[in-house]
Amino acid sequence: MNTIEFTGVVLIASVLAGFVGSLTGLGGGVIVTPVLTLFLRVDLRYAIGASLISVIATSSGAAAAYVRDGFSNIRIGMFLEIATTLGALFGAYLGAHVPTGALSIIFGIVLLQAAWQSVHEHKGNKPALPPDPAAERLKLNGDYYAEGKSEHYSAHRIKTGFGLMFGAGTLSGLLGIGSGSLKVIAMDQAMQLPFKVSTATSNFMIGVTAAASASVYLSRGYVNPAIVMPVMLGVLCGSTVGARFLPRLPVTVLRRIFAVVVAIIGFQMMFEGIRGHH
Amino acid sequence: MRVTDQSIEKTVSIVLRTGVVISGLIVLLGGIYFLVRHGREPANYHVFKAQAYAGHYIVNILRGVWSLQGRSIIQLGVLCLIATPIVRVIVSLIGLSLERDRTYVLITSIVLLILLYSLISGAAGAT
Repeated sequence: MNTIEFTGVVLIASVLAGFVGSLTGLGGGVIVTPVLTLFLRVDLRYAIGASLISVIATSSGAAAAYVRDGFSNIRIGMFLEIATTLGALFGAYLGAHVPTGALSIIFGIVLLQAAWQSVHEHKGNKPALPPDPAAERLKLNGDYYAEGKSEHYSAHRIKTGFGLMFGAGTLSGLLGIGSGSLKVIAMDQAMQLPFKVSTATSNFMIGVTAAASASVYLSRGYVNPAIVMPVMLGVLCGSTVGARFLPRLPVTVLRRIFAVVVAIIGFQMMFEGIRGHH
Repeated sequence: MRVTDQSIEKTVSIVLRTGVVISGLIVLLGGIYFLVRHGREPANYHVFKAQAYAGHYIVNILRGVWSLQGRSIIQLGVLCLIATPIVRVIVSLIGLSLERDRTYVLITSIVLLILLYSLISGAAGAT
């Protein structure tokens, strides 16, 4: 395979990665990494570098539209980013002392369960929770456009959400994975935010978390320009298109896509844990 | 000028779009140039080759851009992309301080500090 063919294959996979990643709030790594390592036999370290760039590209490519349309809640994003970034530092610090293989398997099981729950237990009838006074104080409630009209939503269980976000950050620091899945789950299930607000706000946040760790990967030489070029261009196109689709997609369809992708990540994590590569 | 949540959102949206367009165009130009010169060469990325960038990463890239190296132009675009979310945090911090939202000025400053700390120390090893 010559470089032009390689670029073409990676470009197509990356458009898909950006599209799915921007809709689910998970970033594009889920698709980019296996395509590069399993299909194109690229060294894992180059794939990790490309995956990092794909996350920043997905986030930035879609976030402009999501912020403008009110799907990404900037305040919720900023507030929870404290938890995820601190968690990531904590996780990186813990890294040396924790058996990551076992953790990876447990995390995989948690994700499979969450994927199942995201489709089955959530049929739109959310249990009515009392409003959280902290949400009012932190101005975390907001409005977004659902089916042509503006709809109000409130954030619940702020402390639980914040704690889960810290956990998400710690896991990402420990396992070297994107924590988008846990972010969406925390906002959707714990804080009871509308699903589209959860995925779009997660999408908004993952760019910052990924940018924070970029210097490590750049200095280690993980970011190979020849590989990153088609990844970045493809993902930017895919996520721009994805951001146009989100307002129109029914939540049930979105939840199903999310569940499938999270289940795939879950299996990947278990596989990695058993193989013991972390 | 009155600063509202809407105007902050609008500015953040413009910052993100600008960052994406600039970095995308640079990578596109560098990529085309790279493919014209090296497109027929075999694609072989099975083996990881660590490049010695230590300490002089940005200087090396700028030097490469100056001598018209496709790879360096791509890397310049990648750096612009990485800078986009960071600039976004700085811009929201400015907006929130103009809005006099003390709680969120504090929250955003903490995020920015952690972000800069991880960038400089290279402590956070994950996305």
